[in-house]
This record gives sequence, C-alpha cells and structure tokens, in this order.
Amino acid sequence: MITELGHFCLVIAMLIALLQSVVPLVGTRRNSYGMMNFGSVAANLQFVLLLVAFASLTHAFVTSDFSVRLVALNSHSLKPLLYKISGVWGNHEGSMLLWVLILALFGASAVWFGGNLPIRLKATVLSVQGAVGLAFLIFIVFTSNPFLRIFPIPFDGQDLNPLLQDPGLAFHPPFLYLGYVGLSMSFSFAVAALIEGRIDAAWGRWVRPWTLAAWLFLTIGIALGSWWAYYELGWGGFWFWDPVENASFIPWLCAAALLHSAIVVEKRENLKSWTILLAILAFGFSLTGTFIVRSGLLTSVHAFANDPERGFFILLIFCFFVGGALILFALRSNSLQAKGVFSVISRESSLVANNILLVVSAFVVFVGTIWPYIAEIFFDRKLSVGPPFFNIAFTPFMVALGLILPIGAMVPWKRGKLNKITKSLMIPVCVAILLGCFVWALQAQKTILGPLGLFLGVWIVLGAFYDLYTRTGSKRNLTRLFRLPRSDWGKTVAHIGFGTTIFAISALVAWESEDIRTENVGATWSFSGYDFTLESVENLSGPNYFSTQASIKVAEDGKTLGTLFPEKRNYPVAQMPTTEAAIDYKLTKDIYLVLGDLQVDGKWTIRTYIKPFANWIWAGCIIMALGALISLSDRRYRVAAGAKSISRNEIEKT
Amino acid sequence: MTMIFHKLIFIFVIAISCPVIAVEPDEVLDNPSLEERARQISRDLRCLVCQNESIDESDAALARDLRVLVRERLQVGDSNEDVLQFVVDRYGEFALLRPRIDGVNYVLWWFGPVFLIFSIIIAVTYVRNLRKISKSSNDLSAPLNDEERKKLKEIMGD
Repeated sequence: MITELGHFCLVIAMLIALLQSVVPLVGTRRNSYGMMNFGSVAANLQFVLLLVAFASLTHAFVTSDFSVRLVALNSHSLKPLLYKISGVWGNHEGSMLLWVLILALFGASAVWFGGNLPIRLKATVLSVQGAVGLAFLIFIVFTSNPFLRIFPIPFDGQDLNPLLQDPGLAFHPPFLYLGYVGLSMSFSFAVAALIEGRIDAAWGRWVRPWTLAAWLFLTIGIALGSWWAYYELGWGGFWFWDPVENASFIPWLCAAALLHSAIVVEKRENLKSWTILLAILAFGFSLTGTFIVRSGLLTSVHAFANDPERGFFILLIFCFFVGGALILFALRSNSLQAKGVFSVISRESSLVANNILLVVSAFVVFVGTIWPYIAEIFFDRKLSVGPPFFNIAFTPFMVALGLILPIGAMVPWKRGKLNKITKSLMIPVCVAILLGCFVWALQAQKTILGPLGLFLGVWIVLGAFYDLYTRTGSKRNLTRLFRLPRSDWGKTVAHIGFGTTIFAISALVAWESEDIRTENVGATWSFSGYDFTLESVENLSGPNYFSTQASIKVAEDGKTLGTLFPEKRNYPVAQMPTTEAAIDYKLTKDIYLVLGDLQVDGKWTIRTYIKPFANWIWAGCIIMALGALISLSDRRYRVAAGAKSISRNEIEKT
Repeated sequence: MTMIFHKLIFIFVIAISCPVIAVEPDEVLDNPSLEERARQISRDLRCLVCQNESIDESDAALARDLRVLVRERLQVGDSNEDVLQFVVDRYGEFALLRPRIDGVNYVLWWFGPVFLIFSIIIAVTYVRNLRKISKSSNDLSAPLNDEERKKLKEIMGD
C-alpha cells in the first residue's frame, strides 16, 4: 500500500514538474505575478511528493518487502539496517529516484533561500529546474520505475553487493548526487540569465553559493569514494582514473573553475559570457557522467546490467538541455557586455589562468576517458587509456596551478605589480625550496615527485597563510583578521586543503613501500623498521558473512604498537569474497596489512604496505570542503537569505 | 553511482576469477632490479578480462599468467620495450594502459598542450582588447566613479 502511495506521488510529481516548467515561464512573458509565483508553490510541492516517494521506497527496503522487484533484487532480510537503507540508492532505479529528489530539493531551496531574487529571474530559474526534473521523471517512470512489483514473491532477496556494504560507501552516492545535481542550479541560473538577457554582479552573487555548495558536496563525495577504495579494495590504491571516477572528477574540475570565475562576475562584472558557458559546461559534464555510467557505453566489454535504451534516453536529455543552452548562448551572449577592465597582471587575469588550467585539464581527462571509443569507432583501433596516460597528461596542469596559486591569490584587482608580490612571497618560496631540496637529499630513491609535491604543498599552504598575514595591514594588527569577510577565510582554508592534498598524493605515490611474503603462524619478520608477528589465523562468522581473520602484532624497537586484524570475508548469498585490510592509521604513515591465501606449504600470504601521509589526502579534501563551507557562510549570502521574508510577503500581497 | 558501478564491474570480475590479490610471492624474481622492472611494466599492462585494472593490481588468473610471462621475457634478456611489444603482438594494443604515441594517438597526447596554448592566446588577446576598447572611454588612472567607490567600500569593509 505504502509502495503504491510512493508510485502515485512519483507520477504526480512528474505532472507537477510539467506545470513548473511551463507556467512560471509563461508568467514572465505575460507579467503575471500569480503564474510566476506558481513556480515556488510547484517547486515545494514537487519536493514533498518526491520525498514521500523516496520514503516509501525506503520503507519497502527497511521492511524487506520482496514483492517490490527492486527490493528483491538488491536487498536481503539478514542485511544490517544501515545497508538496507543504503541499498535504496545502491542500484539504478533507486539512485535515479535519489537524483530527482535532490534535484527537487535544490529547486525548493531556491524558493527557501532565494527570497531576494528578482521575481522574474526566480520564476525562470524554477522553470528551467522544473524542465530538468521533468525530463528525468519521465525517464524514471517509463524506463526505470523503482516501484514495480513482481510475482511470485521471492522468499528472500538477492542481497546488495558486499563491497557496497560499508559505512564509507553508504554515503558516497548521496554526496556525489548533491554535487552533480547542485550544478543544475548553476545551469538554471545561467539559462535564466540568457533568457532574461541580462547578467550583472548580483547574478554572480546568487549563482556562487549554489556552485560552492555543489563543489563542496562533490569534494566530500569523491573523497569518500576514494577513501573507501583505499581501505576496501585491498591494495591501498586511492584513485584509478576509471571512467566512472572521471565522470565525477570532470564536473568537480569545472565546478572549481566556475566558482572562481563567478567571483570575477560578482566583483568586477567581467567574464560574464565565459561564466555562463562554464555553468552550462559543468552541468553538461554532470549529465555526461550520468550517461556514461547508465549507458554501459564505457563498460562494453563487461557490461552487466546497463541498458542501452536507458543510455539513449539520457543522451537525448543531454542533447536537449546542453544543446539548447548552447544555442541560447550563441544567440544571446553578445548582449552580455563586459564592464570591468583589467591588465595582464591582475586578480582577474590570475583567475582566468586558474580557469584555463582547470578547464583544459578537465577536457584532457574527458578526452582520455572517451578516447578508446573514438579510436575504435572512427579509426578501428582497439586500445586502452589507463592511469599511466592520465598521470602524465593531467599532473602538469595541477603542478602549474599549484605554482601560480599563491601569487594569483594575492595579486590585486584590476592591475598589480608582479615584483611587489614576488617580494612579499619571498619567504614562502624560500622555505618551500629549502624543504624540497632537504627531502630530495634525504630520500633513498631519487624521485622528483616527492620533493616537488612537498615544495608545492608548502608553497601553497605558506602562501595562503602569508596572504592572511598581509591582510593584517601595515601595523600587523591581528584583530583585523577577525573582521575579514568569511569568504576570505574560506579561500585561505580551501587553498590550504588543496596544498595538503597535492603534497599527500605525491608523498604517497613517491614514498610508498611494499612487502609480499608467505609466513607460518608464529613467525616474525621485519619491514621498514617494524617487526610483525603472525600470531594466529581464525575462522569467524559475521551477520551475513564468514571470515578468516589473522592477528598480526606490530612492534617498533621491541615495543608493541598494537595488533592488527586483516580479514578475508565470504558473503554466501552474493557468493563473493572481499578483502578487509587492517590499517593502523598514523599521523605520517599508515601500516596497511592484507591477508592473502593459504599456500600449499601451510604458510599464509601476507602483504604489508607502508603508506606515507595517506590520511593527509582525505584530510586535505575535508579542509577544502570546510573552506567552501566557511565561504558559504559569508555575510553577503546570509544577507541575501535574510531578505527572503520581506519580498515573499510583498509578492503575496500583490 | 559512479563508484558503485565501478565496483559492481569489479565484483563481477572477482566473481569469475579466483580470490587472490595481485602479485603473488611465488612470482617474485630473485633479482631485485629485474623485479622492479617487471613491476614497472606490469603497471603499464592491462588485465585483459578486468575493468581498467593493470595486471599489477589484478587478481584474475589471466593477469597472473601475464605477470609470469613478463618475468620470463625479462629473464631471457628482453628490454622493457621488447616485453611490451611481445605482449602487443599477442593481445593487441588493447593491452597497453599507456597508449602509444603514434598515428591518430598524437591527437590524444597533444590535445592538452595544444588546447592550453590555444586558450592562453585567446585569453591574452581578450585582455589586450579590453584595454584597447577601454582606453578611449575609461582610463585606468582616472579617479574612481561612484559605483566603483561603493564597491571598494564594500570590499574593504565587508
């Protein structure tokens, strides 16, 4: 019954989305306040309906209602509650429902926080948002309906993939979606600006918080996924340049570019057309990501359940929205006049450089991702593009970005003097170079990557602190720091996070060490300054799996540090084994132990990895996200939100 | 969604292969420099039955065979390039994770640098033109107008 209610709400939501996409837009043409205001009502209503639909699907999963096809295929009665819930979005239909729910959430937030938006702009934005929602709701209802029943009702479900039964991964998709779909707001604002034919500093101020929020969620989502891969997949890799990973990374790069260029629109009323184009591009890549994952295009060799028909549908949606937006852009972008003037050495120029590096690198990743298909279809060459390519082709852009970042962050608007900035950044540069050289001399294997990463990390982090320091004025009055706008603090924090991640990635890749051996129970071996003792190997059983667990004592200089328990699990329902690495998280390095197979001679295969600064990768991501959060709490956005009640009342009066 | 589907494929692969993890102790060569070269080559070779994994990371049986093959070739005295060529002759260039820089692949490898240079030229031209247009109407050294003053106050005071 509850399932049918959900199904009903889903269909009604589709009809509401249709009204939401048409009525407010017509209202702007006819100058009808009632019609324009209908957008707000519809957006709220659509959100509530989809919330009910999503809740009823969740109810079906939690109560293990196996008469619902989706539940039977993706859940099991013995599964822990958390994974029954995360199972809702651990499959195609449920994840698409989450997608539109979040889309509706963003649409409704535009109503809740957009009180100070000009009513015409708001109506147009909600209209575009409604149209995107409509397209995806049609897609769900007609090709991927999560509420379908099956008969006969199976006795039990087929279980969620065990690799996905993990707290880190349970919340990975919702964050990614918040990011992907958050970019739809930037897109809607861009299209609305094109329809309205005007874009000014205020527009930049409105669009930036949405982009910031989207970028924040994408950052967390990507970090969660990467952390999960690190501890779950059993060899401590954290990024694989896989097509589906790239599908989330490309929008992240574009969103990063967009939130920088929106600053220029807001502060200087320049780069308007470019920012609009970027907003379309960023959401376009989000849709491409959805298309890539859904169509099975990029997994043709081992396509498992992806449906080409669904892929085709999403391709249509993509062509309609991105194509339409680009045509609109071509027709209207000339009307967007640039106002501010700036010289080659200026904050504006440095933000342009930032944009070039981010967008070109995003395209490099994109081309690398689709190249195997282009080569096969057009040139009849069956080839692969893997991590070695991306590492070579992508890394230089990040190095260049890191190099210019501290300078660009400090150079004044309009026109600056380079020698003044280089003078003030002398100390960070020298410290960074010295540390880099020091580490170069120290390291056993001479790699350039480690010292370079350290140099960049120190340069970016110190540069960010130095930027703050110069803000104390000539009298070095530290209290001035507390009066700085939050967006300045956000910028500093986010840049520190970026520097941390860059350093950590290069340190891990350059200085990681690995040991593979077979040992008897009771044996002791040393590696990288630690002594390991394989104390025992036992068979255990968990709620829905069996496990073989080793106890390995770790000691340093005769002092016991602790015992680690690497496991191998077997999930009988899903019939698959997983490796649960045991990780001793330390500040500067992780000790990463993996239990392998029992050999014929009675020895166990044990892998030991020492992963320097691994935690710092995700710590850096969290710091970046924190920076975005601080920036988001800036007064000028809150002032904007505060204006809501007044203008809303005014509208209701009219 | 992304990770999930990546992993789904991964699982599919695991399900059809035996559960061992990457390089096995019995494969490791006694000669450390040869082993290091073998590891390097392994990272550039694709596990042919996996989704985007190198044979160095993969636990599939075929990946193991390839790892052993790479080590055999190295022991015979092949250079790194010879080994890669040997694998390509057998399995095609699909096995290479680092696509060769030849033919149409020039487009792939040169896309980034060319696009970058192109963008820089466009950006510099744009900034130059801004100044040219503005020179007549808006001199950079001119005092701030009211709007700019207001904005300055906002930026400084916020």
